Amino acid sequence: MSRVESNSTAPAIRLADIHKSFGPVLANRGASLEVARGEIHALVGENGAGKSTLMRVLSGMYAAESGSMEVHGDDVVGWSTAAAIDAGVGMVHQHFMLVPTLTVAENVILGRELTKNGQLDRERAEREVAELSRTTGLAVRPERKVADLSVGEAQRVEILKTLYRGAKILILDEPTAVLSPPEIDELWQVLRQMRDRGETIVLITHKLDEVMEISDTITVMRHGRTVGRLRTSETTPAEIAKAMVGRDVQLAMNYVAEQHPSERAEGGRIPDSTPLLEVRDLLVNDVRRLTAVDRVSFGIVPGEILGIAGVEGNGQTELLEALAGLRDVKSGTIEIARRDVTYFTVKERGDAGLSHIPEDRHARGLILDYSIAENLILGQQHRFTRGVRLDNEKIQEHARQQIDAFDIRPPDATLPARALSGGNQQKIVIAREMSRAFQVLLAAQPTRGVDVGAIEFIHTRLREARDAGKAILLVSADLAEILALSDRIAVMYGGKFATVLPRAEASEEILGPYMMGATSERGHAA
Amino acid sequence: MSASSSSTADTTTSHRVVTLAGAAARRAAIEEAVLPAIVALLVAAIVGDILILSFGQNPGTVYRLLLEGTWGNAYGLGQVLYKATTLTLTGLAVAVGLRAGLFNIGAEGQLAAGGFAAAMVGLILPSGLSALVTLPVYLVAAAIGGGVVGGIPGVLKAKFGAHEVITTIMLNFVVLALLNYFVAAHMRVADSLHTAEIHAGALPPLSAFISGFHGSAANVVIFVAILAAVVTGWFLFRTRRGFELRATGLQPQAAEYGGVDVRGVWWRAMALSGALAGVGGLNFVLGYKHYYEDAFASGAGFLGIAVAIVGRNHPLGVVLAALVFATMSQGGLAVNAVVPKQMVDVLQAVVIIAVAASVPEVRRMLRRGR
Repeated sequence: MSRVESNSTAPAIRLADIHKSFGPVLANRGASLEVARGEIHALVGENGAGKSTLMRVLSGMYAAESGSMEVHGDDVVGWSTAAAIDAGVGMVHQHFMLVPTLTVAENVILGRELTKNGQLDRERAEREVAELSRTTGLAVRPERKVADLSVGEAQRVEILKTLYRGAKILILDEPTAVLSPPEIDELWQVLRQMRDRGETIVLITHKLDEVMEISDTITVMRHGRTVGRLRTSETTPAEIAKAMVGRDVQLAMNYVAEQHPSERAEGGRIPDSTPLLEVRDLLVNDVRRLTAVDRVSFGIVPGEILGIAGVEGNGQTELLEALAGLRDVKSGTIEIARRDVTYFTVKERGDAGLSHIPEDRHARGLILDYSIAENLILGQQHRFTRGVRLDNEKIQEHARQQIDAFDIRPPDATLPARALSGGNQQKIVIAREMSRAFQVLLAAQPTRGVDVGAIEFIHTRLREARDAGKAILLVSADLAEILALSDRIAVMYGGKFATVLPRAEASEEILGPYMMGATSERGHAA
Repeated sequence: MSASSSSTADTTTSHRVVTLAGAAARRAAIEEAVLPAIVALLVAAIVGDILILSFGQNPGTVYRLLLEGTWGNAYGLGQVLYKATTLTLTGLAVAVGLRAGLFNIGAEGQLAAGGFAAAMVGLILPSGLSALVTLPVYLVAAAIGGGVVGGIPGVLKAKFGAHEVITTIMLNFVVLALLNYFVAAHMRVADSLHTAEIHAGALPPLSAFISGFHGSAANVVIFVAILAAVVTGWFLFRTRRGFELRATGLQPQAAEYGGVDVRGVWWRAMALSGALAGVGGLNFVLGYKHYYEDAFASGAGFLGIAVAIVGRNHPLGVVLAALVFATMSQGGLAVNAVVPKQMVDVLQAVVIIAVAASVPEVRRMLRRGR
């Protein structure tokens, strides 16, 4: 016990000069982090800056090549994940690691099962989990199946799981990516309570508004190095952003205020133009054959961005897949430039002027083992042929142009997409979809998991396309993004549009209730 | 190069790092492709040593015998090349399937069907035709025979979602039993399980060009196999259809997004796979025996799976792996006097297990199956 005493003044975490590489990729090259006990610390940086790697080193998943690591004053260089858990370091990953068919309590105790006479002591497990849920404020009923939970609830289970294992230092990797604004507020409340009880929280994020709202201190990483340590109360979003990317960036939030009002807010529609994308009474089923998109109608005119806000899982995915030709339409019609494409194949839709940035770049948008050059022609391979052969020269030339124009790094067209950071992978998708001839663009989560610098770049491209007279359907879980880009905003809830508002009439406060199920009296403004 | 990058000094460094990264990534890819096979052969050699010692023999002596009996003389080499010919084609068949994300376990039946189809055509053709005339005809017949047997599971998968592992394995039994019935009940020569001899355009043995191969079964179908490997490589890596086939195998969802007719790829890849295995039937039927004999495939179709996996589904790798497996199987006969030839079966199995455990594709496939 004396050991604990003697270390009581030491910071919770002290990492210094950490180096970690993966083959030729230097993920951490001199990263450091110091977190005091009982604070909420934001670890920020662009994608590929090495935040997650550093936290995986801390939680024992990776061994650093050099550098010093102390937790509560103890030297923990090269420890295992088991040792890290024993010492109270717990990490909540970006992608949930839960068994959907088990209950909340079963998931929480998984790996530390309570037994009575060799059998699972379910009652005690549920009691303990309920107790933990009560004391932490992470409200979720222990007997429910994880498959039936909302994303927000599932995340609470993830946090509970970590706390159940005795975590005193909680690392959260981009916890808000899938949450609605009210759910985010609840998470902040829970985290503040935990902090007030003396627990230490490290939050990996690249959303600056979150950093400002929740954190006490900030560490900024760039290119694998720690480049700044700031006190939240003494800094500004612009200063953090500058530290992250190493130059001034235009933040989405500022842009709204500057550009939006009078210019295009006139009901959000440019009068007298016929829609480039026209959807009527679209009915689409999900994989379980339940109605996912419930007779939705809307149109998008040239030079307009229609933003669809909403908590994920309310039919946005199915709507986009149906529009893109990846999911069967039960009834209703889809027209692109007055042409009925309802039963067109993916390729035919592409030729008819549809471009599509899919929401999941790893599953759909990219073939990770294909080179950058090959990925840059995916979907247009029939345009890069000479007879039956692929025209390699043309493909390489195309790759060179796009790598330059979209600043894809590293600029080596032969590298597999897998080797790139998330932001650069997304740039491949954006480059490909925006460099082809198109009239209608479906942009789903275009900046998910992408760093600030790339977000600014992608937003600029979307605005340029809009200004060039394209019709853009933007679906994003990030309300700030929807507000920053859209001319009109629809909120999707339960497969329907709960409301459609011109940008000028929308705000987070107005949209929030619709995202949680409030209905509009305005009806569908198609 | 980077149009929008602001700091030039920063860009130059990053470019240098990049080139290094690209080269290193490529080197890593090559290592990943070659290492498992080398490690597998080393493991097999060690297991072989232990087995040989357990028979009270000297490993050095036995391996020398094995090499002398295979690559050490023209006859042995001829036998290795003959066996490698069939294995190359069945290996390519399995590799094409795996590249499309399909596990074709039906190469055995497809091989037999291809050989049978070619034999039927051969029995009909007038005797005395030149091999130059008959070879293309035989090729087409064998490809159709194997292609139909391979294509059926492909269509079943595309139309009804039937898993190709189940359907190909079951179709093996159906096809082999049917062929057995045809031969045994209707077209066998008395006191045998083979058809009458085919006189139309016999494919010449290699000994017709190089007398040293005299007595070995090696024949011109080896050139067909080499050509098939080259064409398969060209198709997979240079054509649009190959691009779409590999995309389907790697990430079917991304392929679908990329406008690829995934179901079409499935059945066409299975038909192509079956056709390649079917052409392998020429080697025995028209290159060696000049008649169709029941059960001639005798495991060469199944061994194609091992060849494809050891060869990492790359045509060049498949050719090399086919040579390795052919050497082992011929070498087993050469050392039979001192150690049982089954020892070689054990070694083949060790190679397969060692490679299967270390190859990323196999691990990925196992994960997906779960």
